[in-house]
Amino acid sequence: MTNDKQLGLAGTVAGLGLAIGGLAFGAFLSQRRKGGDDDAPFYTRKSPDSDNAVLGRTVTIRKPRAELYAFWRDFGNLPRFMENVETIRKEGDHRVWVIKAPAGQTVEIKTEVCEDVEGKSIAWRSVEGSDIETRGSVEFADAPGDRGTRVSLVMSYNPPAGNLGRTIAKLFQREPEVQARHDLKRFKGLMETGEIATSAHRKENTRAAKQQEKET
Amino acid sequence: MRALTWHGTHDVRVDTVDDPEIINSRDAIIEVTSTAICGSDLHLYDGVIPGVLPGDVLGHEFMGRVVETGSDSTLKKGQRVVVPFTISCGGCFHCQIQQFSACENSNPAEKQDMSAKLYGHSMAALFGYSHMTGGYSGGQAEYVRVPYSDVGPIVVPDHLDDDKVLFLSDILPTGWMAAENAEIQPDDTVAIWGCGPVGLFAIQSAIVMGASKVIAIDHYPNRLALAKQLGAEVIDFRKTNVREALMEMSGGIGVDAVIDAVGMESHGFAVDNIVDVVKQKVGMGADRASALKQAILAVRPGGRVSIPGVYGGMTDKFPLGALMEKGLHIRSGQTHVQRYTKDLLEKIEDGTLDTTFLISHRLPLEDAARGYECFRTEQDSWTKVVLKPGMDTPATN
Repeated sequence: MTNDKQLGLAGTVAGLGLAIGGLAFGAFLSQRRKGGDDDAPFYTRKSPDSDNAVLGRTVTIRKPRAELYAFWRDFGNLPRFMENVETIRKEGDHRVWVIKAPAGQTVEIKTEVCEDVEGKSIAWRSVEGSDIETRGSVEFADAPGDRGTRVSLVMSYNPPAGNLGRTIAKLFQREPEVQARHDLKRFKGLMETGEIATSAHRKENTRAAKQQEKET
Repeated sequence: MRALTWHGTHDVRVDTVDDPEIINSRDAIIEVTSTAICGSDLHLYDGVIPGVLPGDVLGHEFMGRVVETGSDSTLKKGQRVVVPFTISCGGCFHCQIQQFSACENSNPAEKQDMSAKLYGHSMAALFGYSHMTGGYSGGQAEYVRVPYSDVGPIVVPDHLDDDKVLFLSDILPTGWMAAENAEIQPDDTVAIWGCGPVGLFAIQSAIVMGASKVIAIDHYPNRLALAKQLGAEVIDFRKTNVREALMEMSGGIGVDAVIDAVGMESHGFAVDNIVDVVKQKVGMGADRASALKQAILAVRPGGRVSIPGVYGGMTDKFPLGALMEKGLHIRSGQTHVQRYTKDLLEKIEDGTLDTTFLISHRLPLEDAARGYECFRTEQDSWTKVVLKPGMDTPATN
């Protein structure tokens, strides 16, 4: 029981990790190109440049850049590998991310695409009317030789304000980073193998099935 | 179904558990006809591998008949297959360059963190070998769900008995890769520590690869006799000063290549080894590496060190100076089984390799717990245990 409960909480935060809002929006994109004195990505620095919680992760996927870009650009695909994102639906020019929260609740985030370079990068940010604020970007670059494509996901967020925010921040700490890392690995697996790896023995024991069960 | 499950150190039981089912489209379900207890299963049995949970089904050496296939499986119902212990997706960078045991996708994302933290990179998944390597249910069972069944399993012809081909799942390719990693040249003298199944197959492989002399080191008389039968010269480390003997037997040069087929629970009486035993017991992740240390000192300058023996943690007092000053080459790793199965099946078919000599005991699956106990405590006579789910109980040996 305790375990399930903890998983539920962690799951929520994880979902939030992909969606929680960043405050210093302007700083975000410029920051990721600025870096420090060396050539390493800014999010690997030992002391962060801002108060924003920033996470970044790169995977190499053995698939053509265009294919990966197209899959991601169709936001409705993302819940297939983002464990805590229930759905992403279209609302005019916006997308509404429905994210799982404890006790069968959901959190909604309305986002707009703020940068879109065909085959290369997509960036999004939350707009007014969201439960939380967030900003994220994904970049696709050719890997050397026939190694496929390097996919980098960068997100910035601040824990949301208010009681909910404080609780979440306390409970989850670095969880969003963990979740983003796992989601990106699942994206890689889905693209390279056509499926999400599971060591479950029976269908009702997969993580996806267990999450469904918790919601009902 | 019935399956051998882990419950704690030296506590394994045959329980009734749920049958597996197809989950992903590339899966297949195999009805197990033969499955073996591996020396590395003893590390689980002894409780020195982290991340094993009560109820986990063990076993990573198995074969059987295909009884169910997912829509993207290339197998057909009724086919006899041997299943590699390494689970590999076939689509990632490492699978493409045939480093199957480094598959990036088979270990579920949420289970990769533990090995990533410990080793810097996550490990590929293995059947029945802790949640660090995926937590997949193993083959010491009546049925197994086999993911990526279009990549791993090798179909075997009906005229070859289970006993002849079962070891394609792990120990034969492991022994073969151990010899390959020793980069054996025709005039080489090769020393092999450990005459367990992998050590014995490494001896066979080294001889097939043309080594002029293979020297096997162990202390169990029966195992040394098997090594001798295969064409090796033998040293009993309890009676002989190994390093001095190896120098003499290699004409004062030192052996050209060494193979550590012992691994993390090496016997040895040096003080640091005893300290490591204590650390292992209190869960400090210490590997007892006395065989490897001895091998590194025994190999000639510029020689090759091959490590098929399993290690999982850290070790103290590693002879790093000898490694650098002698300019040694080290190669190791979990076996890239899928790379070798086809060639080795041919070598079994044409009679170059025989693996049946190894099997000392055949037991029904129901007797698996006894198999573990005896394999551990009577290593001299219990060289290899094969479990047969279809065999009648009770059985006698």
